[in-house]
Amino acid sequence: MIIVAALILISLIIAFVFLFLFFWNIRTGQYEDTYTPSVRMLFDDEIKKDTEATNTD
Amino acid sequence: MNPEVSIKEPHTDTLCYHCGQLCQEKLWLDEKVFCCYGCQTVYEILNANNLCRYYQLDQHPGVSQRERADENFLYLDEKLIRKKLLSFDSDHFARVTFSIPAIHCVSCIWLLENLPKIDGGVLRSETNFTQKSVTIDFNPSHTKLSHIAATLHSLGYAPLITLDGTQSQSNKKTDNKALLLKLALAGFCFGNVMLFSFPEYLGIARADAFLTRIFSWLNLLLSIPVFIYSSSDYLKSAWKSFTQRQINIDVPIAAGLMALFFRSAYDILSHTGPGYFDSFTGLVFFLLTGRWFQNKTYESLAFDRDFKSYFPLAVQRKENDGWKSVIVHQLLPGDPIRLRNMEIVPADSKLISAPAFIDYSFVTGESRPVKANPGDLVYAGGRLIGQPVEMVVEKSVSQSHLTSLWNNPAFGKTNESHYKKMIDRAARRFTWIVLFLAFATAIYWQITTPAQMWLVLTSVLMVACPCALALSAPFTFGNTLRVLGRHKLYLKNADVVERLAAINSVVLDKTGTITHGEKPKIEFIGKLTDEEQAAIHTLTGASSHPLSMMITSITFSNPLKVISNFKEIPGQGIEGVIDGQTYRIGSALFVGASPVVQAEGSSVFVAVNNEVIGYFLIATVIRKNIKRMIEALGSKMDALLSGDKQTQSDELRKLFPPSTLFFFNQSPHDKLEYIFNLQQNGKTVLMVGDGLNDSGALKQSDVGLAVTDRAGTFSPACDGILDGSQLGQLDKFIALSKSSITILKTAFVISFLYNAVALTFAMSGHLTPLVAAVLMPLSSISVVGFSTLAVTFTAKRKLS
Repeated sequence: MIIVAALILISLIIAFVFLFLFFWNIRTGQYEDTYTPSVRMLFDDEIKKDTEATNTD
Repeated sequence: MNPEVSIKEPHTDTLCYHCGQLCQEKLWLDEKVFCCYGCQTVYEILNANNLCRYYQLDQHPGVSQRERADENFLYLDEKLIRKKLLSFDSDHFARVTFSIPAIHCVSCIWLLENLPKIDGGVLRSETNFTQKSVTIDFNPSHTKLSHIAATLHSLGYAPLITLDGTQSQSNKKTDNKALLLKLALAGFCFGNVMLFSFPEYLGIARADAFLTRIFSWLNLLLSIPVFIYSSSDYLKSAWKSFTQRQINIDVPIAAGLMALFFRSAYDILSHTGPGYFDSFTGLVFFLLTGRWFQNKTYESLAFDRDFKSYFPLAVQRKENDGWKSVIVHQLLPGDPIRLRNMEIVPADSKLISAPAFIDYSFVTGESRPVKANPGDLVYAGGRLIGQPVEMVVEKSVSQSHLTSLWNNPAFGKTNESHYKKMIDRAARRFTWIVLFLAFATAIYWQITTPAQMWLVLTSVLMVACPCALALSAPFTFGNTLRVLGRHKLYLKNADVVERLAAINSVVLDKTGTITHGEKPKIEFIGKLTDEEQAAIHTLTGASSHPLSMMITSITFSNPLKVISNFKEIPGQGIEGVIDGQTYRIGSALFVGASPVVQAEGSSVFVAVNNEVIGYFLIATVIRKNIKRMIEALGSKMDALLSGDKQTQSDELRKLFPPSTLFFFNQSPHDKLEYIFNLQQNGKTVLMVGDGLNDSGALKQSDVGLAVTDRAGTFSPACDGILDGSQLGQLDKFIALSKSSITILKTAFVISFLYNAVALTFAMSGHLTPLVAAVLMPLSSISVVGFSTLAVTFTAKRKLS
């Protein structure tokens, strides 16, 4: 039965890891804006000139 | 005679390259078409900075610049204002967050994050799409705050600047965050403690006493953070009330939580039982859920109540080295100030330059501008129309006309809610009863079975926790607020629901409340050709006079004509030459017509080449659907107050029961006085009005509702904002608030019943952890469920 106790301890530790991650998420404001970062990563770093003709959809 | 005015579809399909709106006049640049110079300017700025990718991320991403007003941001460089706005400030680094309502697409994000390319002093800018805000890091030695704001404005992303409230908003945010974390922790521990309590529930523990022991210890470990962190608000509040020698509702809750926690800890440490940690963590979780729900409701209904935000933030004052912008609070009597078109008079002042026209619609709701001659006193809250004028401040801002009305201590309503007092009183009584019962049972058990005494005592104290009592009020009123909000009545807080239920006298304002401010009835008496209509539209469109704007809104012209020799003679009319014809639009005297005697409204004459062709008759219209509401209110309908001269009264008189009193030519103070007198006679008064002019009366009344036709544009300090279209539902809103009080009382009874049952169990020594675990959350959930469902159901029946 000691194995059950050990398993429970391990599962608790894993659960605490997720709780900790959730705390970290909230504290760093990751739920405050769920849209902008998804768009921001798609912006090109360099802006090229005269791409208007090729890029319009 | 009906007007010959018809609205035609525009036959051109050219869309502005910047904003995507139909172009009424086309402006060409780089083979692209723009609808106005504003849009074209934005394009030019972007083009000059190589930022034309803006137009590829989204089609026509811009915001129309047609209605853009010039704004002066120089006041942002004032030390005091800077301090309020910046979240960080040093010589070479500063951070500011601007709220920008115009953010709406991917292009906006991209452009705003490329701000450093336009303004070299900006180090970094980060957009928050959900909150429609931009956080900008900049180097104060290279650029100025006002310059950044002006750049944003020139791009069509004008920042919305309110000096009050920004600080408290960030405070609220951190509070909310902390609550969420506490809730998360309590939920996490609650779930796990329930799992570890399973063997205990099912009674399979006997075989593995060793495991049960471990589970108990784990429960204890899991509950400690819940006790220390999650329930800290209740413990602190209870401690505070102890030090102030007052018992509030948090005291029994804290006592219950502490009894539960320490007794369970004692059980486990002394191996006498499994403890009640499942009940304990569950309780904390449900209490915090209730609090979070309440915060969310209030947050979504939060609106600005501060009067100062309606005044311009800064004004130009003449100093030794020219005009300089200062905050209005710094204005002193005798200061020479300059106002430009459409700026608001910050303090009562004396006009020193040319005659000016002041629009007091902000103050009185009356749209006709008033003429002020040099030497005349101009009152705070009026808006200048026309060319810039100079004034001398007569009274400092805090003493001026409106603020004196505002600062009258008589306006302060008792903020403490009746039901909150009721709960507190109930809780206080409940606490004493429970203490007495606990003491009595303790003596009884001490005599009969001394070994059980401490356990029973703590059980009794524990179930005293009136959590269902604490939850019922926020849930009932929170849901009522939400339902009312869905029907476009936005109340300030839950206390208003309570006061609204107690109303027995209703006072209405006339202008803008039961008559439309927005869609006036306009008739043209005479005949208009299409050509003439187009000319009138063009001409009135060039003027910002309220009557001009009304006429512009019902006439049509495509494309706009070219005006030459445009002249606006304030207070008389406008004049211009279109297609070789001289048009004059204005008063009878101005165009040379004989004045018509009309019963109501204003008339605007039109003359072509000095020949009068007719006139516009502009009447304000009584709102639809208010007849039923007034009938339903019956004898509660006390009076109609109006600042207007006496017109339209026959039509109005028919609407109201004979008992309703009519008062005309009422000044703000008259209105206030009237309501005060009603209250002196023991009435609970609901005042429905609009405009800052009513604000004194709105504050004096027990419930003051402001009626607005454009949600969000005007929110004077009041207890609630009612959308104009919903005025006809007023009686139903009052009925709903009454029902919600009944629902709350029923919820109280239910939760008292639960507590009584639990107390009997506890006193007879039958309260096992299992009973507590079932009973406690069940009572909370059923009370909350009952009040929420009951309000939703009642609302559906009443407000269908």
